[in-house]
Amino acid sequence: MGALAYEKALETGMDTPAARQETDREALDSVVIRFAGDSGDGMQLTGSQFTDSTALMGNDLATFPDFPAEIRAPAGTTFGVSGFQIHFASYDILTPGDAPDVLVAMNPAALKVNLADLKRGGLLVVNTGAFTPGNLKKAGYSNDPLEDSTLDAFRVLKIDISKLTLQAVEPFDLGTKEALRCKNMWTLGLMMWMFGRERESTVHWLRGKFAKSPVIADANIAALNAGHIYGETAEMPSGIGGYAVSKASLAPGHYRNINGNEATSWGLVAGAQLAGLKIFLGSYPITPASTILHTLSGLKNFGVVTFQAEDEIAAIGAAIGASWAGSLGVTSTSGPGVALKTEALGLAVVTELPLVLVDVQRGGPSTGLPTKTEQSDLLQAVYGRNGDCPLAVIAAATPGECFFMAIEAVRLATKYMTPVILLTDGALANGAEPWRIPNVSEIAPFPVTYRTDPEGFHPFHRDPETLARNWAIPGTPGLEHRIGGLEKAKNSGNISYDPDNHHQMTKIRAAKIAGIADDIPLQEVEAGPSEGELVVVGWGSTYGSIAQAVRTSLRAGLSVAHVHVRYMSPMPRNLGELLRRYKKVLVPELNNGMLVKILRGEYLVDAQALGKIAGQPFKVAELEAAIRTHLER
Amino acid sequence: MTPLDPPSKLTRKDFVSDQEVRWCPGCGDYAILSAVQRTLPEFGVRPEKTVFISGIGCSSRFPYYMNTYGFHTIHGRAPTLATGVKLANPDLDVWVITGDGDGLSIGGNHLLHLLRRNLNLQVILFNNRIYGLTKGQYSPTSLIGKRTPSTPMGSVDPPLTPAAFALGCGGRFVARAIDVDAKGLPIVLRRAHQYVGTGFIEAFQNCPVFNDGAFEHFTAKEVAAETQLHLEHGKPMLFGAKGDRGLRLRPGVLELEIVTVGEDGITEADVLVHDETNRAMAFLLASLEPPTFPIALGVLYAAPSTAPTFEVALLGQNAQALAKQGAGDIDALLRKGHTWEVSAGG
Repeated sequence: MGALAYEKALETGMDTPAARQETDREALDSVVIRFAGDSGDGMQLTGSQFTDSTALMGNDLATFPDFPAEIRAPAGTTFGVSGFQIHFASYDILTPGDAPDVLVAMNPAALKVNLADLKRGGLLVVNTGAFTPGNLKKAGYSNDPLEDSTLDAFRVLKIDISKLTLQAVEPFDLGTKEALRCKNMWTLGLMMWMFGRERESTVHWLRGKFAKSPVIADANIAALNAGHIYGETAEMPSGIGGYAVSKASLAPGHYRNINGNEATSWGLVAGAQLAGLKIFLGSYPITPASTILHTLSGLKNFGVVTFQAEDEIAAIGAAIGASWAGSLGVTSTSGPGVALKTEALGLAVVTELPLVLVDVQRGGPSTGLPTKTEQSDLLQAVYGRNGDCPLAVIAAATPGECFFMAIEAVRLATKYMTPVILLTDGALANGAEPWRIPNVSEIAPFPVTYRTDPEGFHPFHRDPETLARNWAIPGTPGLEHRIGGLEKAKNSGNISYDPDNHHQMTKIRAAKIAGIADDIPLQEVEAGPSEGELVVVGWGSTYGSIAQAVRTSLRAGLSVAHVHVRYMSPMPRNLGELLRRYKKVLVPELNNGMLVKILRGEYLVDAQALGKIAGQPFKVAELEAAIRTHLER
Repeated sequence: MTPLDPPSKLTRKDFVSDQEVRWCPGCGDYAILSAVQRTLPEFGVRPEKTVFISGIGCSSRFPYYMNTYGFHTIHGRAPTLATGVKLANPDLDVWVITGDGDGLSIGGNHLLHLLRRNLNLQVILFNNRIYGLTKGQYSPTSLIGKRTPSTPMGSVDPPLTPAAFALGCGGRFVARAIDVDAKGLPIVLRRAHQYVGTGFIEAFQNCPVFNDGAFEHFTAKEVAAETQLHLEHGKPMLFGAKGDRGLRLRPGVLELEIVTVGEDGITEADVLVHDETNRAMAFLLASLEPPTFPIALGVLYAAPSTAPTFEVALLGQNAQALAKQGAGDIDALLRKGHTWEVSAGG
């Protein structure tokens, strides 16, 4: 009956009398779905389309794309598996979720890599069409897991998605290979039915994406609809059906989905406008930062000049040159790129020019894990240069916050005539969340002024309050001067080898950066008591996991607080005092212990490290366990 | 000092800074500095519109001595800063000062891309075939067998020919001069400055301390006439004390040979006429060296200025985007694509 109804429905379009009634849906508060397939299966697109329609449904959500570094790893292999996890709920959520409730496995390799994460009793949707002897062997299965007891602990929905897709797109006369590429849309259609999502936004997106080949757009839409119809009509094993997740109560406002790299790019543009400057971006392609270069390259009508340089050094060199000439110099990169830019960063420090360096961190050392997330550039950012070479370092905690921290980076760079490093990471860069859109016109501007008066001009005269030097740009009559990497005399900026002068200049540069602490917010406690047993101190993208774990622990009656540091150098004035109000300090980080070193060094507190260096975010459960362990100790 | 006075005729003094020049006595850099300071006033570009950007090395101290804007950057990276300056403000007249180590060793990659991109600026590469500031190690232009503190038994790697490198990188203007040639150097400075695009000048510069006489085999007075070929566009390539020796293409092979007008039935009509727009000929000229051939000086190559400069092309795209899309509105950008409203209580 089910299969027949599906075929009939396919012929006539959707909404046949056989379609299941929407009232059957089981209500859920929160769901975690992971889409997994070959890197060529289009799982990232599937995930982001599901995300868009989920946002439009009014759920809160968080996503975690996880893909291999290889663009097209050999098909069917475990190292070519690409995944996209989305957590959505009827309440506000903070993380992409620990373990998926639903796993969609497009082939045996995807099953092999992801099955261990699926919750026991969770729903597994498998494309049986890809479970060929060849694919099973490539995934390392000696027996077909669909046939033995491997899947006994789960609810399994076995569907030959490949075959059903071919059927659905048959009218479009595509080659088999092309036709099979529509199977992600078929799968998406099924999942949209299962969770009551609307297809309109995806149909609209497909029409736009394949505007030049409408047949491909039509085929994909047919596959999407066919998957949906399958859900409406096919007979499901018991315990599997349609679900409903009602709207979350988000703060009122205008919302959109945003990922960290978009937010960073737009924040830089907003920051430059607030400063009254043109942006010059010098950049060199590097994962996971490249999309900042792409995004800004598409914003030329905002007065953004982008320059894809010959290497990381040229990228920052050009940005410094542009800053000297009066633009806002920006360079975007990841850890290996920061290593290459290090000498030039020193030049920007000693010549005291504004510069924003965005470091979208990834797994290291060396080439490391380009597509995996990590927080292991903190010490490089704060300390990693020759000489006493202080600069400002700030870090964003969520994808949406990247926007505001990018603005903050511009503000500090121009106000204090200093390079500022903005730390984000792969998880923020690619992770999306609903974001309440701010009004840039309501943010207080911070216009810069160039020095124009030649009277008494010296390039290294400083503002007595900020210690920032004059910004005198080439082209200004009467202010001709020379700057460079050699130590300068205190005011004139002429080369100076004088011992006392070098001592003083080093102290002045340090005092200038330290003084920024008076111009940033005091550290607040995110959640929990303002004094007590344990404080969990995090920074960057671990925000969601820590906040969730602390929230749960507080509900369980534990004395634990959450402090999340956004200003890494200099740190908020009250941070040391705040940490001393707790008996224990736990510092979870996606590295082998970096913030914990700084906290111990700066404040002499007995902070304990909790490092995870797996290229993956913390699971909430891991942090909850750590909180318990540390409270019991 | 009255820097804000209306522009008057510029003199050498306008370009001399108050800093004491600190090169070794007898260094070729003095002659180049003097030629630049003497020639710049002719161009009519005010000091505040003029920018000198250098890397690291003896020659890279140059900006400190010019009363213009100057940036003494880090080793090899002057082209990168110059690119940023020029893209941020294309109205500035930018000069890159580099050396054989700075520009061809540590900064070789940047020089390559600077030449390829063709920004409208000038590069003067001071070639002394040695590292001076680090006390005498061999450089990428040192000849094989060069004995230095780092190569006590002699260097083993073949040298680079800067002019040929520049041509190979797609350089569109390539010229050469000798540091102390008070006539020839200003000519190429002028031509490089006039050229719309990257004007690359190799200056043969003597380092009296670590590599004295490196170019003596063609700079010494006694041999100059027989070993220097002064190129002039449209003029036959003649040299020698009597001006009767010339270059011609060896029939059947892509090689130059020296002929003497008046001998073996050779007339001036047999001698090649210099065509500075001929890139293949420029390569041949760049690789000539005594004792077999004279050294070619002057403008080796000046491509017709038909290609847009990098900054014009790149910033042109910005202007195009602005004309087509109008000035960007950040608040509208944030609201582009899928957005939705969450109302109070909903």
